[in-house]
Amino acid sequence: MNTQAITPNAKPELVCPAGTPAALRAAVDSGADAVYCGLANETNARNFAGLNFTPDLLEQGIAYARGRGTKVLLAVNSFATAPRTQLWFDAVDTAARLGVDAVIVADIGVASYAAEHHPQLRLHLSVQAGASSPEAIRYYCSEFNVKRVVLPRILTVTEIAAIHREIPCEIEAFVFGNIGMMSEGRCSLTNYVTGTSTNMDGVCSPANAVHYMDLPDGSKTAGLGDFEIDCFAAGEHAGYPTICKGRYLSPVRKEPYYAFEEPVSLNLSSLLPDLIAAGVTALKIEGRQRSRSYVQAVVSAYRRAVDDIAAGRWHDLSGLVALTEGGKETQGAFQTKKWR
Amino acid sequence: MTTELTMGPLLFHWPAETKRDFWFRVADEAPVETVYLGEAVCSKREPFFNPHIEEVSERLTRAGKRVVWSSLAQVVTAIDRRASTGIAEFETADIEANDASLLPLLHRKPHRIGQYLNVYNEATITHLASNGAYHFSLQPELPAETISRLTEAAEAAGATTEVQVFGRVTLALSARCYHARAHGRTKDNCLFVCENDADGMELQTRSHHKFLAINGIQTLSHRYLELSAEIPALVAMGVAALRLSPHSLDMTAVARAYRQLLDGRISADETFARLAELGMPQPVMNGFFHRKPGYLHVGAQPELS
Repeated sequence: MNTQAITPNAKPELVCPAGTPAALRAAVDSGADAVYCGLANETNARNFAGLNFTPDLLEQGIAYARGRGTKVLLAVNSFATAPRTQLWFDAVDTAARLGVDAVIVADIGVASYAAEHHPQLRLHLSVQAGASSPEAIRYYCSEFNVKRVVLPRILTVTEIAAIHREIPCEIEAFVFGNIGMMSEGRCSLTNYVTGTSTNMDGVCSPANAVHYMDLPDGSKTAGLGDFEIDCFAAGEHAGYPTICKGRYLSPVRKEPYYAFEEPVSLNLSSLLPDLIAAGVTALKIEGRQRSRSYVQAVVSAYRRAVDDIAAGRWHDLSGLVALTEGGKETQGAFQTKKWR
Repeated sequence: MTTELTMGPLLFHWPAETKRDFWFRVADEAPVETVYLGEAVCSKREPFFNPHIEEVSERLTRAGKRVVWSSLAQVVTAIDRRASTGIAEFETADIEANDASLLPLLHRKPHRIGQYLNVYNEATITHLASNGAYHFSLQPELPAETISRLTEAAEAAGATTEVQVFGRVTLALSARCYHARAHGRTKDNCLFVCENDADGMELQTRSHHKFLAINGIQTLSHRYLELSAEIPALVAMGVAALRLSPHSLDMTAVARAYRQLLDGRISADETFARLAELGMPQPVMNGFFHRKPGYLHVGAQPELS
């Protein structure tokens, strides 16, 4: 059990996305305490063209970050899939060889490999593991010596505080960025539509399956594979066709509706003090697919906010709304159970 | 080794008596060896069926079926935790763990791993087998080659595998109840609107293409999985059990068709024709097995006269 007292003003670690070497430098320069990256293959959950690191680039990134006191975490957080399992093991070996500060894992097989072959390597449990109960988290801690859990984005702050009291490891929570509606690590919607899998290939709504079509009345449809995910009126911002943010028809609704969630971004800036009090010691910003300038803006703003809270000053992150998806933000599951 | 047929868990929120009668009929008439009872989707539904669970499991056991308790696929709330950990308290129960929450409670006890717990590689099989798992019901999104490798790994660990061959496929889980959302409600005040849809609530795209089906917190394929043409390959790989996921059509007749196929008495085409006659919605899907978009059907769909 976690016996340490919750000190409201303990300064949490700010964990920031680095999809490219440029974003890594931007995050480090903007005040990230840690950055997280992935290798350029299926071993991580943001396996997109033009993103991620070769081992050489990762080595350079580590040198840059270390020189400025920033930690580097490697996400090996998709699910090693037979017969390609070795690719994930190789990623863990690379992480150990380059001396990253921790590897973020989701798969039991990958965690088991890392714990056995690299017992010194620090393990974080990825949000993709979907460990939402103390029992599940304790299992990963006792079996693989996991030191930190990244909690699924489906818990309220009150529930996080309750979990904190029952687990022996640190808690990292998402505070800003894209919010997927489905439980992490348990969604094969993309594979259903496109034939590439989020868990097996690290891909959600891949760009090569996306298509937009202009209709005669000025509206525009956004499709993924063979399915229309949404249709936007003339002048309406045409969003990216992510299946869980589309509008569909249901027998019980007259109009097309967001059956799962609207295209909004998570922004927990106003809940930061509550999260810290609940026992969250690391705050995660989503967005390895985002640009260098985006990373710079969000990380700088959160850096100030965390420093302000730690110093007992008022913090204001209202300027971040402009960076959220479609200019809309949400506190998702964190504020109230009514979200469910 | 003969390949088993299994039935369940029943994913939908049918009225308790309907559910009871369904399992009674399975006990009396369906040629399946193993049944999965238990509520895998929503802990709020569980109390409705509790009054019947003893008589149902007794009747199934008397009929020679092996009864397995399938656990909740996602454990978030205190009620979920009680529902999940509660089943582990039955010392003699055969339990299928659908979430990692149960793993510490089942440590070193023989148990099964359900299709909601992510098993994609040999090392995961080996690890879970060392914790006591002896049977793995595999994820529906796995392609043939992965199923084959995992079945080999399971055999090496003294365990067996199971693959779903019929019914809508689970594509996603969420903490949010989409059934409640469709009705302008939330999970806490849902009034059990999921009871209205015996096979899930259908979602269509805006251009009226059938797409998905909603079942509470669960998102399913609109299409039914139907793997009769792939069953010879699954059997050849050594997959020990084939799962039929219950729907409102005559599942006893569905089980009979697959049994006859396994016994070599009817062909895959004849099986398909039988299922179609029983009201199985078409077209069906088998894409995942062939590493294609899951909703697709690969290969010729039999011509129905």
